[in-house]
Amino acid sequence: MSPTPAPNSPQGSGTRHFRRLIPIWLVLSAVCDIVYFFVLGPHVPPGAMTSSASSQQSDFNVLFLTALPVIMAVWVYMGYAIYTWRGSRPGATDPEGGVAARGHLGIQVGWIVSTTVIVLAMFVFGFVELAVPAGAGGGEGPNPLWTPTSKGVLPVQVIGQQWEFTYRYPTFGGFETRDLVLPVDTTIAFHVTSLDVIHDFWAYQLGVKADANPSEDNVAFTTTRQLGAFTVRCDELCGLWHGAMYNFGKVLSKSQFLVWAQSTERTNAANTKNLPAFSYTYVPDANGADGGYYPDSVDPYSNVETYGATTPAK
Amino acid sequence: MSRTGRLAITAVLFAAAVGLVVFTAMAFLRSSPSTVDFTVGHEPGTPVDMTLQTVGTIGFGIHPTWVSYLTRDPDGQWVHTTLWDLPAHTKVNVTLYQYDTGSPLRNQQLGQIIGTTGGTAAYNGTSESVINSNDGNGVAHTFSIPTLGVSVPLLGISSSAKNPCGAAPCTTNYDHNVITFSFVTPGPGQYPWQCFVPCGLGYLYGNGGPMSTVGYMGGFLEVVA
Repeated sequence: MSPTPAPNSPQGSGTRHFRRLIPIWLVLSAVCDIVYFFVLGPHVPPGAMTSSASSQQSDFNVLFLTALPVIMAVWVYMGYAIYTWRGSRPGATDPEGGVAARGHLGIQVGWIVSTTVIVLAMFVFGFVELAVPAGAGGGEGPNPLWTPTSKGVLPVQVIGQQWEFTYRYPTFGGFETRDLVLPVDTTIAFHVTSLDVIHDFWAYQLGVKADANPSEDNVAFTTTRQLGAFTVRCDELCGLWHGAMYNFGKVLSKSQFLVWAQSTERTNAANTKNLPAFSYTYVPDANGADGGYYPDSVDPYSNVETYGATTPAK
Repeated sequence: MSRTGRLAITAVLFAAAVGLVVFTAMAFLRSSPSTVDFTVGHEPGTPVDMTLQTVGTIGFGIHPTWVSYLTRDPDGQWVHTTLWDLPAHTKVNVTLYQYDTGSPLRNQQLGQIIGTTGGTAAYNGTSESVINSNDGNGVAHTFSIPTLGVSVPLLGISSSAKNPCGAAPCTTNYDHNVITFSFVTPGPGQYPWQCFVPCGLGYLYGNGGPMSTVGYMGGFLEVVA
């Protein structure tokens, strides 16, 4: 019985296998990409509620559409190899190495070059996508490099504290509420800060995520595009009740938002006058801690504005 | 004794020791305060009366210096717990005896009463919708159920009170404020509630210790159908 020709031997030319493999790979990749793009793509989180969410969805789709042919190449080759060179095929001999086990310079170079190009392209794409759409919904710190071009930006301050988020609307008298309500088709500037430890403001469906650091104004932009409800969670472990630090927000029509904002401004007026003047950052105030310990670097009674009483507790 | 026998005894003792450690750890992790059940004997459509107290120092147990809530069970006994079973879609009339001193709030937003019936609470008989914590005795604690949008600031007693209560359960002979309000339970589910005043004396930002331990300054409403 003659031995089975090795894949790259003259008897079993690799070219013949590639002629089979490449069409299979091309067809499967095309089918998978098309199915993914039209069936799964529109439903990929975080959705399309805002510009940043929509951008993130597109980014995920681009990454997956790029990765699918690579995955298909690996799987198709693996499946082909398992079937074609299986040990149980008629006339198969025990593997002995030799020609079949040697590397193929062309395939190796091709694989390294193609995957390098893909990874580098993804790196550039990801980097650009983080920057170009006004920071992609991420916190950019107090001096954002990438800012929106639209006019009429609505500032909303997000104040993290153990263990809830509250929201101040400086353009509506500076009222503060536990309800995050936004108008549709409007660019929002979230000014995220904290009164105690580090929290993380993660408005999932809005595609906005920014750390809430004490004494820092972390700015994140997005533009609302769809009506609906969204979830806000703290995404930085901040103590026992971290898991309970979530609430729900709404994107309303502009007219509905205006009604809500003006109504809340009136309803909260009695308490708003007790709040400190609006500021982008606040120094955590010892008052209210009932003796709570503060790090040495924090002077709760400094002249910097505090969020709470401006005088020490008696 | 043979070497095999010694090895067997060693293995058994080791397994027993490991089992004891695991059992102790699990018992500790699974331990929790008792639950006060307000659903027993509750007539549908009628309100539930719930009486609570807040004290500056619990005065007993493994953390006698910790601040705490207590709950009066339907038999009239004060129970050191923050776990309650409540009927769904039912009005809960809360009477809260507050025995602790107050101070200005870290965030005065908590001075606003929200989520209660009428958006108000009565403080020693006077109805209020906002408490300015920078005035008077300030706020000692809050009763807040974030997921239900309920929050009530609890007025503090004077820091120079002549007859403060030092150990729970406190009686009305001690200086105190009475706060009453009502809220309506939602559908069945578990809802966390807590104090939002960082009153954990001696802990970072005041939010450790009793603020982070169920049974003291936070717990759960188990709303049942």
